[in-house]
Amino acid sequence: MTDWREFDVLVVGGGPAGIAAAACAAESGARTAIVDDNPNLGGQIWRTASQQEHSSDGAPWYARLQKAGVTVLSGKRVFDRPAPGVLMAESDDEFIELRYRNLILATGARERFLPFPGWTLPNVMGAGGLQAMVKSGLPIHGKRIVVAGTGPLLIAVAAYLKEHGAEVLVVCEQASWGGLARFAMALVSQPGKISQGLQLKRTLAGVAFAPNSWVVSAQGREQLEYVTISRAGKRETIPCDYLACGFHLVPNIELAQLHGCRIRDGFVAVDDLQRTSVDGIFCAGEPTSIGGVELSLLEGQIAGLAAADRIQEARNLFAERKKAQSFAAALGRVCELRPELKNLATSETLVCRCEDVAYSRLRSHASWRSAKLHTRCGMGPCQGRICGAATEFLFRWTPDSVRPPVYPVKVKSLAAVPTAAKPAAQAGDMR
Amino acid sequence: MSGTTYDAIIIGAGIVGAACAYECARRGMRVLIVDRDIVGGGTTGAGMGHIVVMDDSEAQFALTRYSQKLWQELRPQLPDDVEYEQCGTIWVAADDEEMAEVRRKHEFYSQREVPTEVLSAARVKDLEPHLRDGMAGGLLVLEDAVLYPPCAAAALLGRALGHGAELRVGISVNQIGGGLVRTSDGEFKAKVIINAAGAESPKLTSGIEVKKRKGHLVITDRYPGFLRHQLVELGYLKSAHSVTSDSVAFNLQPRRTGQILIGSSRQYGAEHSDVDHDILAKMLRRAEEYMPEIGRISAIRTWTGFRPATPDKLPLIGPVQDDETVFLATGHEGLGITTSTGSARILVDYITGVKPEIPIEPYLPSRAMKEFAHA
Amino acid sequence: MPDAVTLTVNGATVSVPVGSTVAVAVAVAGVPCRTSVTGQPRGPLCGMGICFECRVSIDGESHVRSCQTLCKPGMDVRTND
Repeated sequence: MTDWREFDVLVVGGGPAGIAAAACAAESGARTAIVDDNPNLGGQIWRTASQQEHSSDGAPWYARLQKAGVTVLSGKRVFDRPAPGVLMAESDDEFIELRYRNLILATGARERFLPFPGWTLPNVMGAGGLQAMVKSGLPIHGKRIVVAGTGPLLIAVAAYLKEHGAEVLVVCEQASWGGLARFAMALVSQPGKISQGLQLKRTLAGVAFAPNSWVVSAQGREQLEYVTISRAGKRETIPCDYLACGFHLVPNIELAQLHGCRIRDGFVAVDDLQRTSVDGIFCAGEPTSIGGVELSLLEGQIAGLAAADRIQEARNLFAERKKAQSFAAALGRVCELRPELKNLATSETLVCRCEDVAYSRLRSHASWRSAKLHTRCGMGPCQGRICGAATEFLFRWTPDSVRPPVYPVKVKSLAAVPTAAKPAAQAGDMR
Repeated sequence: MSGTTYDAIIIGAGIVGAACAYECARRGMRVLIVDRDIVGGGTTGAGMGHIVVMDDSEAQFALTRYSQKLWQELRPQLPDDVEYEQCGTIWVAADDEEMAEVRRKHEFYSQREVPTEVLSAARVKDLEPHLRDGMAGGLLVLEDAVLYPPCAAAALLGRALGHGAELRVGISVNQIGGGLVRTSDGEFKAKVIINAAGAESPKLTSGIEVKKRKGHLVITDRYPGFLRHQLVELGYLKSAHSVTSDSVAFNLQPRRTGQILIGSSRQYGAEHSDVDHDILAKMLRRAEEYMPEIGRISAIRTWTGFRPATPDKLPLIGPVQDDETVFLATGHEGLGITTSTGSARILVDYITGVKPEIPIEPYLPSRAMKEFAHA
Repeated sequence: MPDAVTLTVNGATVSVPVGSTVAVAVAVAGVPCRTSVTGQPRGPLCGMGICFECRVSIDGESHVRSCQTLCKPGMDVRTND
């Protein structure tokens, strides 16, 4: 018999958007839970290693969460929706059925990885990836690190690594000076961002920041030993211990797709109350648009209030959200990927890391599905999350439809059906 | 292009269409294969990829055994990505009644020179340690094999193309008949048209009794050595026999990668390709009943597919009524991979006036027209 | 309360700060997490449980994402299972 629990509002994703949504919903009186697959709440940006200590940025929100009495379900991975109003989540050796009246999807985003020779070597990681590892205890004091790719994450990660004693050799941003300048202009309207930027500048004093630059290859025998970059048109070889390379973010929309929510341009379509196209399902944060912490917090609050039927309070936040959205739009523009990045992979460069499928094998296929069936690209445990974003950029392929399980789970978890004892309440009505 | 008359146009680039294309092309026929989507993208891409002998009927046995031998002949030329593995099948007997069935099958196969081995309770557990205790035994069919279907279809198609065949994908076929194939990409003329469109074949040839029989499959992560043989419960036959109700049966298959394919399920009347949670759960619980430890292994993906099923469980191979240019190669249910080679060979033999090596009569569409009148 | 956790990676003892993930323990042990299907050494890429490159066997269970698993005393971690 499956263990089950029922809530008025269920929030999936324990990052800023989810925490804000859960806190607001619970403060409004809804019986609320937040579920996340990591050992601790915080998502990526508020991630810390220790169970006790919370990221200082998130501290006020954690306090609100706790005070409002939100049920926190950490270390549980949502993998299926067996019936309307029911989610299945797996943790360690168990699974649990979560029933809800209203669902808020705050599933965040993941880094985009693009293949280049040597990208599969140990110690080549994402920018967020390396930061997550350091937060989880990886010692980097004195290590030489190249940070590369695109997006504000690079600077944030470079600063973080430097603060923890690493030797950040260079930050290679593929965007051009022009693109960055336009982005900087967009920041003018966001004083908070400017002071953040100045703070980062202080931290990064002495670290070379190089636009128009990208990694051409990574090399080493058993692990990374050096990278070759293209910097303002010239090649440079840099011995290093880690490469932190990521190309901005891709929204985690799989759970929304599983629920049949409408997707527009790769993001979950929502109205001004953060409602998706499916009754009773809201979406907040990066899955609606990549916009950073401020926007995620605002969207989360609006979704939480709307789910708890506090519509006017939700509307009161619209103006602030609009401001944060303009930053998000500027961000999207500056992170556009340059065409040179399509030519980094050679014939032998692996594109699908789960199944070791090389670029040459993929080139002859006209669609994601054809490549998947014939080469098994995308059939591994990452379910196409890594190679899907890459092939979308390289070949303009769009991955096919989502089926359960949304993450790999044990067969016995997939074999569980919702208990028939009590039918789930209809999503959408709220007492 | 408009002036060409092909010797044969094959509708459907799944495993059966690919096999037909190969048979035609290697005899020097000028061949065109068309498909609305990708090679092996229909039922072929969704299936388990087993090559098995079956003893449901003499006709089924004849076609499966003949086809299996043809696969064995092809094997040395198949590329690596086809992943042909002669792992054998064990029909698992859960009780004494099923053990009696094991002995009957053993006798049947012995008489027809198919190598099989009766396994005692101890021996079956020896061969497959993860089977739960208490199995009565089983039957090992040594020459059964598994392969990876999309690449098998591509390999056969590749051989056809090597003999000069042409392939056009991404075009819809609207009508076939009278030596003409009308598509979204224009009209094509042929002396012979082979409808190998599987679950969609009734759309092109009216009045054929091919219905969709939905199945579910789950594939796991890599666990090399967990499973050595294909495993099927003897109750599988009860499931495959049931014409009206939804059913599940224990059926596991080891892939060369070390992944395990978990099946199987059958549903009539289900037209949408979404995963049916109830059926999926039933199927997986059935697997856990036979192999409890499978519950603990990691499942990566689930998917569904539609088997093209006929009322008498035999495929439709041969000419249609009222049109001497159109032939069928469809209705293979869960034996499409297995019998693709044999179906193609006897069909093209028949078309070219060569005596098929096994009688084609049991599979002729004309038998269906008579028999299905009261189905 | 101790601020280090001791576990084994491929039989060798490793000690890491409390709150570290198994992926970190494997890194500290100086070995890759896994070998790819064509025999390449691999380590964590995404750090957030999505890429599956950090898979190891923990206490007999295969394919566990080590970047999302906190170290516990006495864990038996094996790479390349």
